[in-house]
Amino acid sequence: MSVKLLYFAWVRERVGKPDEVVEPPSNVRTIHDLIAWLAGRGEEYAHAFENPKVIRAAIDRSHVRPDAVFAGAREIAFFPPMTGG
Amino acid sequence: MRTIRLQREDFDPGTEQARLVRGRTDIGAVVCFTGICRGDGISAMTLEHYPEMAESEIARHVEEAEQRWPLLGVTVIHRFGRLVPGDNIVLVITASSHRGDAFAAAEFLMDYLKTRAPFWKNEEHGDRTAWVEAKETDDIAAERWKRNREAAE
Repeated sequence: MSVKLLYFAWVRERVGKPDEVVEPPSNVRTIHDLIAWLAGRGEEYAHAFENPKVIRAAIDRSHVRPDAVFAGAREIAFFPPMTGG
Repeated sequence: MRTIRLQREDFDPGTEQARLVRGRTDIGAVVCFTGICRGDGISAMTLEHYPEMAESEIARHVEEAEQRWPLLGVTVIHRFGRLVPGDNIVLVITASSHRGDAFAAAEFLMDYLKTRAPFWKNEEHGDRTAWVEAKETDDIAAERWKRNREAAE
């Protein structure tokens, strides 16, 4: 199953691109799994996802926790804690 | 009346407030909050955002504010792009019959925008840039609305 990933702020800078389409293996089910899988894709990903605790995620534009299952998602975003307002 | 806008351009709080109350005689209180870019050691900041999610998330929280307080109007405008000290960043206007509801709803919306709206500030210090780190005090401020809601249920 392919899914579009979006990266923002320093996650985007470290990964080196704003978005991409990936096809994670079927045993990658949760956001937590996906972060671990992404971290193994190369140096830039390892750097971006070195501290999973500070990474926030959204599935189809809604905030989710790391244990959220993303089956059927169209768009998953990863970003640092927000600093708007 | 509900207005939500994400824009690069500046806004005028007076114009936005006048737009919200024009022709209304049921409104007895308007709170108009403007967040401004401070110049403490920075030459500029750039606000990055996740446009589609920012719009839907802000709308969802405006709806929640409307459910929690008897509001007669809400305006939220959040800027993105590069801003310099003195520039407006964010505008929250809440209108109600009485001031308590307008104050509470404006504070709720601002606390939410700080911690849950997908915006990120990148500050320019001379020729160096740095992402602003989230403040724990902002999380605590946002958290108290959750506690209040749970206590009310």
